[in-house]
Amino acid sequence: MTELMQCLVRGLGDGSVYALLAFGFVIIYKSMGVISFAQPALMLSGAVLVTYLVATVNFYVAVVLAAAAVALLAMGVERTVLRPMIGKPVFVITIITLGVDIVIRVIVNAYIGLDVRPIGAPWGLSTTQLLGVEVQQRHVIMFVTTMVLVAILFAFFRYSRMGLAMRAVAFDQEVALAQGVSVGQVFMLSWAIAGALATIAGVFVSTGAGVDQQLWIIALKALPVIILGGLDSLGGAVIAGLMIGVVESLVATYGAAIAPWLGGEFALVTPYLVMMVVLLVRPYGLFGTREVIRI
Amino acid sequence: MTSSMRVRLGRPELYTSYKQDMALLNTPGKKVFVTVTLIVALAMTFSVDDDVLQLLATGCATAIGAIGLNIVTGYAGQVSLGHAFFVAIGAYTAAVMSGNPDGQLLGFGITEVPIWLVTAGALAALTGALVAPLAVRLRGLYLAIVTLGLVFIGQYVFREWTDMAGPPDIGRPAPVATLFGTRLDVDGPSMTRVQQLYLLMLVLLVVLSLLARNLVRSRTGRAFAAIRDRDIAAAVIGVNLTRYKVIAFAVSSFYAGVAGALLYLIPQTFTAGNFNLLMSVQFIAMILIGGVATISGSIMGAFFITLLPRITAELPAVLPFISTSATGGGITVVQVEAILYGLLIIGFLLFEPKGLFGIWIRVRNYWKAWPFSY
Repeated sequence: MTELMQCLVRGLGDGSVYALLAFGFVIIYKSMGVISFAQPALMLSGAVLVTYLVATVNFYVAVVLAAAAVALLAMGVERTVLRPMIGKPVFVITIITLGVDIVIRVIVNAYIGLDVRPIGAPWGLSTTQLLGVEVQQRHVIMFVTTMVLVAILFAFFRYSRMGLAMRAVAFDQEVALAQGVSVGQVFMLSWAIAGALATIAGVFVSTGAGVDQQLWIIALKALPVIILGGLDSLGGAVIAGLMIGVVESLVATYGAAIAPWLGGEFALVTPYLVMMVVLLVRPYGLFGTREVIRI
Repeated sequence: MTSSMRVRLGRPELYTSYKQDMALLNTPGKKVFVTVTLIVALAMTFSVDDDVLQLLATGCATAIGAIGLNIVTGYAGQVSLGHAFFVAIGAYTAAVMSGNPDGQLLGFGITEVPIWLVTAGALAALTGALVAPLAVRLRGLYLAIVTLGLVFIGQYVFREWTDMAGPPDIGRPAPVATLFGTRLDVDGPSMTRVQQLYLLMLVLLVVLSLLARNLVRSRTGRAFAAIRDRDIAAAVIGVNLTRYKVIAFAVSSFYAGVAGALLYLIPQTFTAGNFNLLMSVQFIAMILIGGVATISGSIMGAFFITLLPRITAELPAVLPFISTSATGGGITVVQVEAILYGLLIIGFLLFEPKGLFGIWIRVRNYWKAWPFSY
């Protein structure tokens, strides 16, 4: 029972990282109709920036500063590289983001070096008691922070003027433009939000082991998450993120005992397998909008 | 020279008969260009150093894979980020077929090139046909990400299946290549190993690109184009979507399998880590840089990306601020190469969406109308 509880908490903690990343992917998809493969690079640069900033300022200040800086970087990328491509085929724009990802990642890697850089999170690997079970503090903090951030963002989309503009653009770009919404600003803001969320996700990922050059691979796990939740569903991204986190954690804990022939690291591919199985039943994910097809 | 001939020479896109438009080499320029390229390519076997020839041989094998990706993504419009997975299947099939039956790793000792090459292609094609139903249900970006999932699952399987693929960090040796009893992958009496392999890959590239060109100008190729341009409209005019998507994936994967079987004859060993997301991205980059939905573009793009590391390796001599050591300060060659990949992809898509093929068309049109080049 204790093991199961610990496993669930770890799953929810890791899952909230996927949820944050997936949230960024979906915000960009909803505004531009593009999947941004640049998210791994944004996540990595955020985490690396924090490792440098903690040397001089408080950890929490460092996270906020890094999130702001990466948001600026994301806005710059959108304005310079993606804005000229408006109206071009979606796939071409997606591949451009892949190119952006490679360029940013190579530059950031030069600042990581070959060693692991510690992120300097105050809670580290220390544990705490939750309902009589010993769990890692960081997983609880990750889950709670994610839920708070998601709630704030949902409130922002629901009640603010800019949130309304973003929903209008997601609904129909041309109509929104005709109503006086600055579509360009919405694009920039959605990239900024995605960049900031990626930074926080990057910090969470590296609280355990620190930042190294392989960190970005974790961001790719957000891809099965957004497909599972449905490309255009923000709520779906959160639920699917937590779901994938829990499934992965369960497989990592119990998989070896139940099916040893699957190999020790089978948990790494479970997100993709879950995605494929669900897609065979529901081609637009769990909460995605079915595309209306006409000639 | 007839008058129609003269008109055709002056106007690149003008075809005076349907038969001519549909011909394999439909312009006189193409006939000349292809003949010259072939002669030069054959002559290179004996006139180029082995270390450059190695790159060209790898380029030929890669080009076969790029043609495959262009069939499914460029012609049939089904975006696949899973090409590395099919390349892996071809590579492992060939290595297992020709492997030493008494060795530590799985092997059957069938070393004749035609046999393992066809098996590698066929097994990859079969896998492609099994994956195709996903493409029937999914569209656009959903399909792209699902095929990306294949790469991760494949990498995991090959890493864990050590009896077949060897230890993850060492891998397994490349296929053993004999043609009618003669070893191709050791130095022969008249040619070095690299020369023999280069000739083999060149011949295969020529044959397979001819087959691909024939396929895309046939009924099947027109069905692919119809699906790419508007799948619903294609279905309405009677194109069987399931059938043609399965064909597109199977043919594409066949090419990927053949490419995989050949690709490691030069470096002589490969690991599961070779078939990663980067490989899929490089194939995508090849067809985007070369030219989407063109066979010659796929070949140009493949050679471009294969030769890129060699070109960037020459850069430090020209630009002194680039450092040649991997650990020292400043920008290293490896970093320049990686950044160039990214920048080339971005640059081509922003400024020259038709790729190298598009540049060639513009250059040709410029000189066709010279000196009235406007």
